[in-house]
Amino acid sequence: MSDFRPVQMRSPVLTVRRVDAYYAVTVVAPGIAERFRSGQFIAVAVGGEQSSMLSRRAFAIHDVKPDYGGTVEFLFAVRGKGTAWLAERRSRDLLDIVGPLGRPFPLPRDPVNCVLVGGGAGSAPLFPLAHTLRRRGCRVDFVLGAASADRVFSAITARRVAETATFTTDDGSFGVRGRVTDALPQVLEDAPSDVVYACGPMPMLREVTALAARYDIPVQVSVEETMACGTGVCMTCVVPVVGEDGITRMARSCVDGPVFRGERVRFDDVGTIPFDALGAPGWKARGDDPVSAREAG
Amino acid sequence: MSPDLRTRLANVELANPILTAAGCAGAGRELAQFFDIARIGAVVTKSVMLDPRAGLPAPRMAETPSGLLSATGLQGPGIEVFLQRDLPWLLARGGRAVVSIAGGSPAEYAELARRLSDAPGVTMIEVNLSSPNLADQGRHFTDDPAAAARVVHAVRSHTRSDIPVFAKLSPDVPDLVELAVACVQARADGLSMINTVRGMAIDTTTMRPAVAGGVGGVSGPAIRPIAVACVYEVHAALPDVPIIGMGGVRTGTDALEFLLAGASAVAVGTVIFHDPSACVRILREFEEELEERGVRRAADLVGAAHRPMGAQPAR
Ligand SMILES: Cc1cc2nc3c(=O)[nH]c(=O)nc-3n(C[C@H](O)[C@H](O)[C@H](O)COP(=O)(O)OP(=O)(O)OC[C@H]3O[C@@H](n4cnc5c(N)ncnc54)[C@H](O)[C@@H]3O)c2cc1C
Ligand SMILES: Cc1cc2nc3c(=O)[nH]c(=O)nc-3n(C[C@H](O)[C@H](O)[C@H](O)COP(=O)(O)O)c2cc1C
Ligand code: FES
Repeated sequence: MSDFRPVQMRSPVLTVRRVDAYYAVTVVAPGIAERFRSGQFIAVAVGGEQSSMLSRRAFAIHDVKPDYGGTVEFLFAVRGKGTAWLAERRSRDLLDIVGPLGRPFPLPRDPVNCVLVGGGAGSAPLFPLAHTLRRRGCRVDFVLGAASADRVFSAITARRVAETATFTTDDGSFGVRGRVTDALPQVLEDAPSDVVYACGPMPMLREVTALAARYDIPVQVSVEETMACGTGVCMTCVVPVVGEDGITRMARSCVDGPVFRGERVRFDDVGTIPFDALGAPGWKARGDDPVSAREAG
Repeated sequence: MSPDLRTRLANVELANPILTAAGCAGAGRELAQFFDIARIGAVVTKSVMLDPRAGLPAPRMAETPSGLLSATGLQGPGIEVFLQRDLPWLLARGGRAVVSIAGGSPAEYAELARRLSDAPGVTMIEVNLSSPNLADQGRHFTDDPAAAARVVHAVRSHTRSDIPVFAKLSPDVPDLVELAVACVQARADGLSMINTVRGMAIDTTTMRPAVAGGVGGVSGPAIRPIAVACVYEVHAALPDVPIIGMGGVRTGTDALEFLLAGASAVAVGTVIFHDPSACVRILREFEEELEERGVRRAADLVGAAHRPMGAQPAR
């Protein structure tokens, strides 16, 4: 375990590039690069030493390279003041980064067929996953969606690593007009798929999970819930998740996730405490073995 | 010569005055990935209750200027799991355990105190009084000094005599000194302050409160002056009662400020979310602050801001 512990580093920025609607930041972070497994993320402090912004910003790791002892790349779209600050970083600036964080994508043992579904910036963690799967002899099919052409993520890379790559945009400016979930059934029909991996907004993940269930294919989703620490101490990032024992717990997506088995996430109850969740109001201890009935994590 | 950082909280001596704040460090396990948990004065655990608690729905947190607005609702596994899993883990790593407890009635607090007294290794108990009183329409115990005193008394009566009991106070009360005195008269061995400050933020996009609970608690550097004032006033009124000070501590200088105001130890909360190594960094900075000033014993500075000019501690 200890080898996989996250580290905190002050990492020099190597490059900041514009890629369509996104910024791609590469930092020198050997400890993070060497520990990284697909699906994990970093938590970045924004605003400098005396920042008034106290929560860290979470970004999926998009790529790691061995250069300079190990580099890490993440991509983001400017949303609020934290990402606006990040977009202004220049090479040699230092970033306070913690990572790699979270539970990675579980990998199939055999060379099976995998469909990777991503929405907008949420597609980032699928790229290192695709490379890993290909190295294991898996077939990879991509379905990537976004609001418009400039928000479709790394289309060229997707085409290069995948057997097929299907693109959707809400406005039809690139690929098929519509949503990834409109295109996914066809992809699942065309190739006999063994596993679906998905990341993006909650509603998309819910639909992908429902579709995969219809085709009886296991699905791994990476959820994007608001975070403040990324390290498991603040209890901000909870989602209702059903455990092996059938009990729903408010799981921390930063340490128990962000990757969960799709059918275990209670998408319809996200943003609520389901009445039957462990410790919900009115919930009563049932005399179960307390350790197995424990809170997630 | 490096300064003597030891501090005394009632009959307990800690190696140094830097602690974690309740609810901001779990029971130490997550932070142990970043530093040796045995190096800080103590780990104050997330408030533990009798039964498991799911907490409040998301969104639970909103960022405010130099602070956080949160409403997490004390999500936790309950005392049974805490005693079987979390406490032994912390003790095995050499950590000092200050266990924070919360309940809905004096009887629940008493039961928690009893269970903790039976478990080996508890250094102190901190009584989180910012918890809804089930017998009083969910008003917090801190809203009524008599109710707070009943809880403190119940805890003290059911706690092993060698384990100090600290009462944790909220700043959102009409008369903090009255509340503090009531707790001490109910035999609290010390006081922790402050808990979060009531606040609200509204998301102007959704036009709804930014946290699902509506009103939440503000923490972080934004509330530090409020916290320092609370510690200063209570120390002035009760100079012999040890205080654990907290509220927005970010640097060693901030920790020093709390000592000068009258705190014997300082807890770090929200800043841990920003910097998981904050406690050991602040400890190092605090030590440097003392060295720079030629102060030999940290304990000499406790309450120094109350002394008349020219009566500062010997160097
Ligand atoms: C596991 C994970 C991986 C992510 N990967 C990427 C990525 O690769 N590329 C990318 O562009 N974005 C990613 N995000 C979303 C990214 O974290 C937010 O866009 C970013 O935090 C917004 O910060 P801000 O200061 O610009 O926005 P603000 O709205 O000012 O942020 C305010 C607060 O809300 C939190 N917050 C706001 N939106 C989100 C969100 N969607 N998810 C989590 N916290 C949020 C921020 O951390 C901050 O605490 C990821 C989120 C998670 C949880
Ligand atoms: C997310 C969060 C959870 C908290 N949980 C608890 C708790 O369980 N018990 C408690 O007594 N105080 C709790 N607090 C209050 C802190 O212990 C502390 O008193 C307060 O946040 C002020 O310190 P800070 O500004 O350093 O965070 C919590 C605060 C936050 C932000
Ligand atoms: S983001 Fe803090 S616990 Fe998950």
